[in-house]
Amino acid sequence: MAQTVDARQALPERELVPSPPVDLGAAVKWGLIAGMTAVFVSAIGMVQAFEVRSVVVGVDLGYLVLFGAALVFGYAAARPGEQLEGFLAPERGVRNVAAGLIAGLVGGAVLWLFVLLIGAVDIRSVFPSVSPQLRDLLTFGRGAGFAAAALIGGFGLVGALGGGIPVLPERIRAPLVNALAWVLAFGLFEDLFAQIFRGAKVPFLEDLLYQPGGGLSLVGALIVFVLFFAVYLSTASRRETVRSRIATMSPSERRRWVGVGLVVAIVILAVLPQILGNFLSEVFDLAGIFLMMALGLNIVVGYAGLLDLGYVAFFAVGAYTTAVLTSPGSPRWSPEMTFVAALPFIVLAAAMAGIMVGTPVLRMRGDYLAIVTLGFGEIARLLFLSDWLKPYFGGAQGILQIPPLELGPLTFRSSLDFFYPIYAFVLVFAYVSWALQNSRIGRGWMAMREDEPVAEVMGVDVVKAKLTAFVIGAILASFGGALFAHKIGSVFPHSFQILVSIVVLVIIIVGGIGSIPGVVVGALILVGAPELLREFAEFRYLIYGVLLIFMMLKKPEGFIPSRQRARELHQEEMMQDAWLRKEEEAAAAAGS
Amino acid sequence: MPLLETQGLTKVFGGLHAIDDLDLHIEEGEIVSVIGPNGAGKTTFFNLVSGMIQPDSGKILFEGIDLVGLAPHQILELGIARTFQNVRLFQNMTVLENAMVGQHARTRSGPIRAILRTPGFRAEEEAIRRKAEEALAFFGTRLIGYRLEQPAFVLSYANRRRLEIARAMATEPKLLLLDEPTAGMNPRETLELTELIARLRDEKGFTICLIEHDMRVVRGVSDRVICLDYGRKIAEGTYHEVATNERVIEAYLGTKAVEGV
Ligand SMILES: Nc1ncnc2c1ncn2[C@@H]1O[C@H](COP(=O)(O)OP(=O)(O)O)[C@@H](O)[C@H]1O
Ligand SMILES: [Mg+2]
Repeated sequence: MAQTVDARQALPERELVPSPPVDLGAAVKWGLIAGMTAVFVSAIGMVQAFEVRSVVVGVDLGYLVLFGAALVFGYAAARPGEQLEGFLAPERGVRNVAAGLIAGLVGGAVLWLFVLLIGAVDIRSVFPSVSPQLRDLLTFGRGAGFAAAALIGGFGLVGALGGGIPVLPERIRAPLVNALAWVLAFGLFEDLFAQIFRGAKVPFLEDLLYQPGGGLSLVGALIVFVLFFAVYLSTASRRETVRSRIATMSPSERRRWVGVGLVVAIVILAVLPQILGNFLSEVFDLAGIFLMMALGLNIVVGYAGLLDLGYVAFFAVGAYTTAVLTSPGSPRWSPEMTFVAALPFIVLAAAMAGIMVGTPVLRMRGDYLAIVTLGFGEIARLLFLSDWLKPYFGGAQGILQIPPLELGPLTFRSSLDFFYPIYAFVLVFAYVSWALQNSRIGRGWMAMREDEPVAEVMGVDVVKAKLTAFVIGAILASFGGALFAHKIGSVFPHSFQILVSIVVLVIIIVGGIGSIPGVVVGALILVGAPELLREFAEFRYLIYGVLLIFMMLKKPEGFIPSRQRARELHQEEMMQDAWLRKEEEAAAAAGS
Repeated sequence: MPLLETQGLTKVFGGLHAIDDLDLHIEEGEIVSVIGPNGAGKTTFFNLVSGMIQPDSGKILFEGIDLVGLAPHQILELGIARTFQNVRLFQNMTVLENAMVGQHARTRSGPIRAILRTPGFRAEEEAIRRKAEEALAFFGTRLIGYRLEQPAFVLSYANRRRLEIARAMATEPKLLLLDEPTAGMNPRETLELTELIARLRDEKGFTICLIEHDMRVVRGVSDRVICLDYGRKIAEGTYHEVATNERVIEAYLGTKAVEGV
């Protein structure tokens, strides 16, 4: 490392050019986008649907989404451009706030024009949500004049606040944004936190933080804000040192800490359902089943780079195999096995399905693979639905009477019970993912993902590697299907829509392809959150879509990337090259 | 018996004879340079030997075994490793992992042993790691230390070329095919690599076939030089013989005069 420092010092002091200032013209563009966003969420009925949920001190989610647009795009307008090599750090100041203000004002104006428009023309035949109530909501029940002042002024103010974020010193900015996010989270997920307080036997916290009509009270919001602000502020520097400590740990020391972390995780998982109660356990169960699938698909897509859009087929195979083997209601043949006895057959069926899908697509890459697997996914569902296989799988009526899950002396019936087997499997799957990633086969997969022909030339048998990935992915999904079947007690073809594959894929893309923590967080948030926010249900896929587009444009590596794409390391390398070049020139000069 | 021998090797791309009835041989322990103007078919020759493309006719014998029809990973297993003219690393894997992939064909552990972390698996992982680090250490301190854990995409151009060679070395080959290993390197790096290529043969015992444009490198390392033009062998011999060959000079005229003649 010492050499690196030298390289830095040896770099010539070049004259730095000032970075271009924040573009105020572009702020108008951002304002238009903010306005269109606000109009859009109003027109599709989101604002109205969200009005019922009070989040913080009586402010409801509808207005929060509306004015959130001003905040987000005000921030976007005010964000300084990337600092390029040879430029001074961009200035941050009044100009940023002005950009945010402009964006906000423009956005507010657009929304106000929309209010005027819906006052003048009835467009309910196209947008059924554009009702007088919406107009009332947008004019705060006070007519167009007041609306002009409130919307444009309010948007301008919020936009300016958003524009002010980049101006704050780095030390304050992150804690502030994080603390605000936590306030929002506490407000949105009131049900979750209130239940946790009740379950943890501290019900007075609920009364302290939340007001009777729902939503955080002023005191509650302040407490949450101050608490998290203080925590983030005081740990900011310590987090860095912890990170570097982890990086320099010896393997045995690291193993010990992993062990400690595992024990803590198990203890938390053991008490969590008791705290969560039945309803929230149900939410976590669902997220857990998706998490099992996401960990499986992560091996296929994230490690091996095989874009499989028909992954739900393996989930279906697991569920149907379980149903046939365990249910007394299985139409043709019902051995009524226990889960444990059925398990080897489930694995076998899944492995066969994996080979059946994997073999024909061995020579396909990228988009071709995606389309063909998409087809396979649908074929699987249609087969289970077909009259042809109805004698075996019951067609549209499916298979009922699947008994509750039995593991030795334990029987799992309720959502609360199911939490344990589901998350036990999740833990095992996470371990399996880690173990495979750090192994010969895992490196072979990753090499194949990076550059298939080169991987083959470097000795990776890609046929074998692909089939192994498909089979392992299929087995993991089938376990998810088996638990799903036991939990629901019945299986129907319509549970295995293409949409399931897509959601699982979105989970791993948003979380971070190839990253185990990313997949875990992705599943809990993308599947758990919409269950907790019933109002979201209708807009769930819209939000997934927006999230997906955002990720592809801005963070294709996901929220928790598998490999820190460390820019500074890259720069350091360039510096070393520059240093070498300089040395060479010096040597040449000395020689001549 | 030569280590590698081609007989009547031919590859046609839509009417263009990229390799045309080529007979050549490489003896064990040799360093052979393949030169020739751009588009002469040098890279195509490597692609054929490494199994990335299949010839239209002819034979490629490696220790007497015909490579035609074998999959690339089978050819690697027999002992032929290569690098690429336009460096092709596994960008998002670490430097160490890149080299460890080289050991893939030399090891056996499958997913079940990986999950159970059996003692056999651990020992094998340890050996893979050791061999990969050994290959990386061949380039002095450039690819080891904290570099081991860095993703390949952060490396400088010259280091990428070095890593590609290390990855090929980690496969424990008998024959190493280097496609323009010094392209894009500065004179100092080129000189350093020239010495390393000689050491690769002398210390590691690899037989080496390299494609090279820099005539100083060719002169510096080659036991024998083969010149291709339009897929055919137009000259063969010591550096001096080839460099003074009329057909070679003719082939290079209009493109680039042979330096250092
Ligand atoms: N995959 C391919 N498809 C079609 N033409 C190719 C292919 N690979 C190489 N060629 C052609 O074959 C000829 C030889 O190319 P190459 O072996 O790359 O030359 P070089 O000697 O410069 O390495 C060139 O004319 C090239 O355009
Ligand atoms: Mg070439």
